[in-house]
Amino acid sequence: MRAIVRVICIIFKERNMLEVRNLSVHFGEESAPFKAVDRISYHVEAGEVVGLVGESGSGKSVSSLALMGLIDFPGRVRADALRFDGQDLLRMPEKQRRTLIGSEVSMIFQDPMTSLNPCYTVEYQITEALRAHGGGSRRALRSRVIELLEQVGIPDPESRLRAYPHQLSGGMSQRVMIAMAIACKPRLLIADEPTTALDVTIQAQIMDLLLSLQRSEGLGLVLITHDLALVAEAADRILVMYAGQLVESGPAAEIFRHPRHPYTQALLRALPEFSRGAERLVSLPGVVPGRYDRPQGCLLSPRCPYATDACRLREPELAGPQDRQVKCHTPLDDAGQPVRAAQEIPA
Amino acid sequence: MTTEQEKAAAGEPVLQAIDLKRHYAVDGGFLKPAKTVKALDGVSFSLQAGRTLAVVGESGCGKSTLARVLTMIEPPSAGQLLYRGQDVSQADPALAKLRRRKIQIIFQNPYASLNPRKRIGDILEEPLLINTRLDARERRERGQAMMARVGLRPEHYSRYPHMFSGGQRQRIAIARGLMLDPEILVADEAVSALDVSVRAQVLNLMQDLQRDLGLSYVFISHDLSVVEHLADEVMVMYLGRVVEQGTKEAIFGRPLHPYTQALLSATPRLNEAARRERIKLSGELPSPLDPPPGCPFSSRCHRVMPVCSQRLPALMPQGGRQVACFAVEQDLGASAP
Repeated sequence: MRAIVRVICIIFKERNMLEVRNLSVHFGEESAPFKAVDRISYHVEAGEVVGLVGESGSGKSVSSLALMGLIDFPGRVRADALRFDGQDLLRMPEKQRRTLIGSEVSMIFQDPMTSLNPCYTVEYQITEALRAHGGGSRRALRSRVIELLEQVGIPDPESRLRAYPHQLSGGMSQRVMIAMAIACKPRLLIADEPTTALDVTIQAQIMDLLLSLQRSEGLGLVLITHDLALVAEAADRILVMYAGQLVESGPAAEIFRHPRHPYTQALLRALPEFSRGAERLVSLPGVVPGRYDRPQGCLLSPRCPYATDACRLREPELAGPQDRQVKCHTPLDDAGQPVRAAQEIPA
Repeated sequence: MTTEQEKAAAGEPVLQAIDLKRHYAVDGGFLKPAKTVKALDGVSFSLQAGRTLAVVGESGCGKSTLARVLTMIEPPSAGQLLYRGQDVSQADPALAKLRRRKIQIIFQNPYASLNPRKRIGDILEEPLLINTRLDARERRERGQAMMARVGLRPEHYSRYPHMFSGGQRQRIAIARGLMLDPEILVADEAVSALDVSVRAQVLNLMQDLQRDLGLSYVFISHDLSVVEHLADEVMVMYLGRVVEQGTKEAIFGRPLHPYTQALLSATPRLNEAARRERIKLSGELPSPLDPPPGCPFSSRCHRVMPVCSQRLPALMPQGGRQVACFAVEQDLGASAP
């Protein structure tokens, strides 16, 4: 009996390493909360790269901070399930969660220059992570740090051990951050805008490093970014967020070829690369709604060129097959036009 | 005025930089000789009316120093800056006034470049107050007309910067830059801090203004996809020097300099067909205090030859653009008849 359960567990592990169901993060009063993240659901399989895309204020960073347990008191994190390896992160004791986070699940933050502590050496900061999750003799820790620095491509790692963050360039700092994140051999890595602060040639180096680590260690990687072209090159699956909600999900190639949600389409069309040769870029009017100006109905409706009265009144549900979901009353067809009256006439 | 227009029509550049340099002396340490950082080391270009010159490069390549020198926030250490043939880099009050009216700048971060304690109206009127003799009513009229032009509503006139989003702030910054009817607008990473959809709005606005007012832009950016959309001419910089300079078609169609090739190949692309084989650059930008001898790019170049670390390649016309590279010289020299 126990063996069967274990086999089921293993199968389950292989399928969905991370499962997020209806994750919400609210701030402000209980009666009229600001929904920074509003009922998002997704899953990450082992060895998969998932791109989480959205503009600033879309809730992409907050959702992953919630996952890591980094949302403090005024914020409220709720979810039907927040499962890593079948264990629910929200319902386990704090202590157990802490052993898991940082070792099995770890995160790389956006700005390497401010994420590292300026007062401590590179060695101390990486060793801190190792000590918190296991430890070892001083010799063993040091050789592990050197090994890690080598793994992330820092030349002459022994001499870098005693370097302080200000002595490192942006690219080097980000490599140190990555070394820290992979120090305890995580199985899921969340990278929050890992290359936004870096130059393109350095960005290419860091992305190569991340993806090669992901492949060699079979990591699940959640890549949070605003750069569509970057995820287009790196991700297997893509989740598009707008104003705290998940508006579209699907395989990367599919999403870029045939966006179903008007927001995804607008994001793509706003890229100069997309409208090459065109005189003007196609842009959505207005901005992402903030805390006090979230409209009724679909949150995109005031900016959406295809919005109907139904959109302004009723919020659409995320619908469609598991691997290709869209939150829109009138999703777009292959030609990029809305399917009118889709609900009345079943296809 | 008519002769000026005729000259412009005849292709006389509105702005011309000749061998602009900006060097900084840096204290080498106790009892050590002072060192020199060559932030900008011999940059030349000419900009025609109504055209856009894009300056591309990574951080530390001197593109922001160039913006500061063009607007005379910092005077150049050497070289000339000609506005319609007149050297405006001299320390002459009359020339300084001309320069301020004709060359304006938009900065990268709209959260830092607008005074939080001033109303939008005051921000827009200040250039007029200092540089013209218009009375309050005329200033206000001009300010409101400019707000309408950049897509802001009249009621925004008496609001403070914190009440605006990043895109709107950048519109305000553009409006402020245009208050004195300049001919040249230097945009230093003007859209880099903006989200994709807002960036498209601001880029469209900049293009409309260029068409309507005949503005010339010096568009400084690290984002090659934006540059490809907007530029007429492209200048690629590395460690204070221009490595390749030419028309957009030449640079993007067939980049010759190894650094330009690496930059283009490192830019992520949506379209699979447009992705280039990635040229991996090892290492990072060398310290400007201690650049490698010879060609500054030689320490990271994949086509490095012995001569590269001995001599500095000069910018020479090759393959329909200007390139500073010995390897390119060799390629094209061999294939030339």
